[in-house]
Amino acid sequence: MSTTVDIGTKNKKGQVYTDPNDLFFKTPRTSFFLTGSEIIKEAIKRSSCGMSVAYPITPQSEAASLIGELFAEGYVDIYSRGASEFDVMSICAGGSFGGSRCFTTTAGPGTLRAMENFPMWAGSRLPIQVCITCRGINSPLSIQPDTLELYYMLETGCLVWHAETAQDLFDFIMKGFIVAEQPDVHLPIAVACDGFFVTHTKDVVMMTPDDMCLPRYDPYRSPVPCMDMECPPVRMMRDPFVMKNNYISYATHASWQQEVRAAIERSRKHTEALLDGLIEVENGDAEVLIVSSGTAVSQGREAVTLMRDEGFDVGLVKIKTLRPFPSRELQAATRNAKRIFVPEFNVASWLAREIKAVVQDNQRVVAGPHVGGGMTMPPEIIMERILRTLKSDKEALAHV
Amino acid sequence: MSGLGGQGVVTSAHVLAMAAAKENKWSISNPFFGAEKRMAPAEAYARIGIDRIYDRGELVYPDAIIVFHPQVITMQKSYTAPFYSGLKENGLLIINSDVPLLSSEDEESLRKLNASTFYVPATKIAIDIAGTELSTNMALIGSVAGITNCVSLQSLDLALQDRFGKKYVASGGTATLDEAIKKKFAKKEQLLAKNLATVTHAYERAGAWANDNKYELMVAAA
Repeated sequence: MSTTVDIGTKNKKGQVYTDPNDLFFKTPRTSFFLTGSEIIKEAIKRSSCGMSVAYPITPQSEAASLIGELFAEGYVDIYSRGASEFDVMSICAGGSFGGSRCFTTTAGPGTLRAMENFPMWAGSRLPIQVCITCRGINSPLSIQPDTLELYYMLETGCLVWHAETAQDLFDFIMKGFIVAEQPDVHLPIAVACDGFFVTHTKDVVMMTPDDMCLPRYDPYRSPVPCMDMECPPVRMMRDPFVMKNNYISYATHASWQQEVRAAIERSRKHTEALLDGLIEVENGDAEVLIVSSGTAVSQGREAVTLMRDEGFDVGLVKIKTLRPFPSRELQAATRNAKRIFVPEFNVASWLAREIKAVVQDNQRVVAGPHVGGGMTMPPEIIMERILRTLKSDKEALAHV
Repeated sequence: MSGLGGQGVVTSAHVLAMAAAKENKWSISNPFFGAEKRMAPAEAYARIGIDRIYDRGELVYPDAIIVFHPQVITMQKSYTAPFYSGLKENGLLIINSDVPLLSSEDEESLRKLNASTFYVPATKIAIDIAGTELSTNMALIGSVAGITNCVSLQSLDLALQDRFGKKYVASGGTATLDEAIKKKFAKKEQLLAKNLATVTHAYERAGAWANDNKYELMVAAA
């Protein structure tokens, strides 16, 4: 996959630039017991990150602070603080236009404050990575995990991956750079995790050695002209041809929007190889399936066990990538299911809507259970929702 | 684990879970708090078992509840009401106090659950042994381990070395507190030794209580 020339050489910290496939799949890993915030630091330490920009907002502040330590230690070339999340994302754009591998973190209200930049990144084909540590976005203030902000991310043109655990987070951050920077993709990527449930939770993670790192980003593999003195970004952003209100202008924008979405789809082949598919299926032949992403998958796993103890056969589908959305995979995985439950940590049940839009016979999809405002979702309430629905299905049949 | 901001509740859950991981048990720990300020309610949860644990977030049905500060009970500074809501049958309650704090209504509810209550003057033990009330959480970690045997003293020692033996950032507040407690001791080794002594004292005291009361919380061995 990698064509950069520095494989096998060492960086200034003595880390060996390693082919991503070797680093991800052949290098022996060691077990650590760390918080998600620490894992973000460890992933960035191994990612040959050129630039990171920080702005405090719970629950990502620890991660941003720890990346500052990496800068102090020499693992990150440039580190600065923005004046706001909008500023942070704008600085990242500048860094990426300038050819740097950029990483930042944000959460909840910060994500929304930064929002204008995400479609700008995508349209400009900047493979920046933002780690979104989900939290509530509404007033009254909440710092607790709530995934509503991811709904806003879905049509920004960014790749959006949703980590279930700290292990996912470690792998997704490093693999995310590689997929996002492919010439036929070359898009920003949002690697999301649920705040506190992942960022502040200590969990077991298998990590690659810290004396090995990813090859550097090569901006000359970009599918659009990279920024230099002969091609400043202002030509792309403000060219009068693109700004005119006429058919050609509309067609230019429309075709570029389609191209960005096509690039998201082209990321599939790279993502499938690195993440072992866009979804994970356990006991897929079961008539009842729990389908979700993020922490809701973990709660779903516990619910599967509880249901098994009660004598019910329940399967589980974990969605790893929200963009590209695994439509084909979900159609196949849910083919035999009579009921599909979608537990979610948000009030809108947006993931259930996404699933309903792609599976056949979508009356099978139950949008729930869902919790909002950062509330915990005990597996017992998933079980209760399943049992209640199955009972009602049985009663409906009895009346036929 | 239910207490107030600044008492090391989050640290306690992390240390307990780390100790479990040291002896190859599955464990997971996470905190739950609002604004990071002293005296505000703070909770943290440690799940320990022999099978992979996926469940995270608030521990809704705990086997044991540890109360770090009397105000959790007397001023309802907890995230559930009553503070023992969800405690399983035959569960365990450890309360940092040298005087009884439960109302007769609480005692009746806990009796119906067949729950056991262990009062331990954790802050007093911390001051007597470590010389600072900041080690209160160490006495409570020792208590829960002494009664349940969910982790060994040796594993707790290793976890404490991990937690305090190197630089650690959990949050701005935690970093400040870490610096504060390190200043209490001339050397990091002294901090570790005093903390472990506090843990050990509470471990033995709680173990003796469990023995005397024939209390046994079933926690499977790895």
